[in-house]
Amino acid sequence: MIEVDDVSKSFTVRRRTGRLRRSRTLVGAVDRISFTVAAGEFVGYLGPNGAGKSTTIKMLTGILTPSSGRVRVGGLDPSRQRTALARRIGVVFGQRTTLWWDLPLRDSLTLIRHLYRVDRSTHRSRLAELTELLDLGAFLDTPVRQLSLGQRMRGDLAAALVHDPELLVLDEPTIGLDVVSKATVRGFLTRLNAEQGTTILLTTHDLGDIERLCRRVMVIDHGRLAYDGSLQDLRATVDADRILIVDLARAAAPIEVDGARVVRTDGPRQWLAIPPAVNAATVVAAVAGRYDVEDIALREPGIEDVITRLYRTGVPI
Amino acid sequence: MVAESVRMYVVLAGTWMRAAAQYPASMVMLVVTQAAVTSLDLAAILIIFVHTPRLGGFSLPEVMFLYGTAGVSFSVADILLGTAERLGEHIRQGTLDALLVRPVSPLLQIATEDFSPRRIGKLVPTGAVLVLSLPRLDVHWTPDRIALVPLMVAGGIWIFSALWVLSATWQFAVVDGKQATNSVTYGGGYLTQYPLSIFGRDALRALTWVLPLAFVNWEPALRVLDRPDPLGLPVFFHFASPLVAAVLSLLAALAWRTGLRRYRSTGS
Ligand SMILES: Nc1ncnc2c1ncn2[C@@H]1O[C@H](COP(=O)(O)OP(=O)(O)O)[C@@H](O)[C@H]1O
Ligand SMILES: [Mg+2]
Repeated sequence: MIEVDDVSKSFTVRRRTGRLRRSRTLVGAVDRISFTVAAGEFVGYLGPNGAGKSTTIKMLTGILTPSSGRVRVGGLDPSRQRTALARRIGVVFGQRTTLWWDLPLRDSLTLIRHLYRVDRSTHRSRLAELTELLDLGAFLDTPVRQLSLGQRMRGDLAAALVHDPELLVLDEPTIGLDVVSKATVRGFLTRLNAEQGTTILLTTHDLGDIERLCRRVMVIDHGRLAYDGSLQDLRATVDADRILIVDLARAAAPIEVDGARVVRTDGPRQWLAIPPAVNAATVVAAVAGRYDVEDIALREPGIEDVITRLYRTGVPI
Repeated sequence: MVAESVRMYVVLAGTWMRAAAQYPASMVMLVVTQAAVTSLDLAAILIIFVHTPRLGGFSLPEVMFLYGTAGVSFSVADILLGTAERLGEHIRQGTLDALLVRPVSPLLQIATEDFSPRRIGKLVPTGAVLVLSLPRLDVHWTPDRIALVPLMVAGGIWIFSALWVLSATWQFAVVDGKQATNSVTYGGGYLTQYPLSIFGRDALRALTWVLPLAFVNWEPALRVLDRPDPLGLPVFFHFASPLVAAVLSLLAALAWRTGLRRYRSTGS
């Protein structure tokens, strides 16, 4: 569905350096990235602000022309065949709406139906379906200007799906949303991918999105692809320690055991870090055998830890 | 291709109109206000004629004819493409990105934006002036002169439309370029209301060769009104409006494509 081959994008930025002098500097936004996404996948594109996520999305959707490299989406060259591609993909920008401020949501969707030449009866049934899944009923006739951020995002999602695209591309769809709206959006996307087989590529810097939605994650940092694979493998690749939380019967000196070390204590509770190379079961057995243990719990490294570490060390793929 | 664009234009404009029809009262107010504002230009001309019987050698009905043809051309172009001047806002606010991921030309999307009957506010008074001027003209109406009137209005619409797009593309380069865009479009609309000869020979040359507003109505009107060309240009120029319009359209299309290709979106 998506092929990205050695693609870079840089922007020429003019800066005023003197009263009249200006210098041009080349700012690299995306630096020689390559990946492919097959039909039906649900891929998360993760990275901190300014990493190059939006720039990548804009190249995939034909808004920007790559400085070098080759992009194909659904077999088309996005920047040259932008219009043909537009019929087959849906795009959502989290930071700005694609709806018209002054029109009620319903009218915006009607306009979009005309833009994509969806016939009236198809539109009616599709709108009914989207209204139910996204819970739009309460505000279909409200001008977009008056919608809350969460309502607007649901409206934008509906707008991107009026023409039933094969590929849905979302740039930070959950940014700024409250917990309930986030859950609605995530639930909807999961169903869309599972039931209709829509390929989804979603950028985010919200790790919760990735953990709940995506089987595959790509991490971009400073314009370079730092990781591409499953979430579990990411955890394994970046050698983040697992954490063993031990509740002793009473406060004691830090536990001493082979293969793990205490990283924190709080009264009778102690936290032990276990490196990936060490078998956790052996450590648990050793601790339980030698100490008076009330409770014991093993925590996989949180994705935050993993990502922070990835950004710091830059594990190659 | 063209037929499909026209069809899409009508469909989109119609959808906007239906949405606008929900506020009929404000619509009427806007049309009336717009018509009144437009009529002020006319009042200015009428005041001149209180003091003098001729303006630049033209009688009142002749000036009304020039005012009417230019005004109708301008108003129709404004109805069709006036919102093209919003390009800069769309670039600045990042909404051009949203227009670009839809399968219809962004120009068409911007042109139909907010389409509503209030856009006819300028057309009503200018159209009325044109109709009123025709029987008052001291013209021997031969078939070619009769045919030239609708043709010059159509040519004017085409020239203004092309200029509108061309000057809007300036905003690809300078996002805050709306002032410049407006000085070309509204300035042009204003100038062509008068006999161009009153601005002097140098201005007339500039308006023929640089910013070819003389072809909106001045050149063909010289033939209709049977006046000699102050610049002594050949007869061919009386009929050159479509050619000028075609060249301007070509330039506009090129500029638009170049602008889009070099468009770099906004950060984040
Ligand atoms: N239109 C632009 N002009 C100049 N620089 C830009 C533009 N768009 C993005 N950039 C720069 O490219 C880099 C990547 O930006 P972006 O792709 O928006 O990051 P992200 O979406 O991951 O936050 C940033 O340094 C940003 O400042
Ligand atoms: Mg971004």
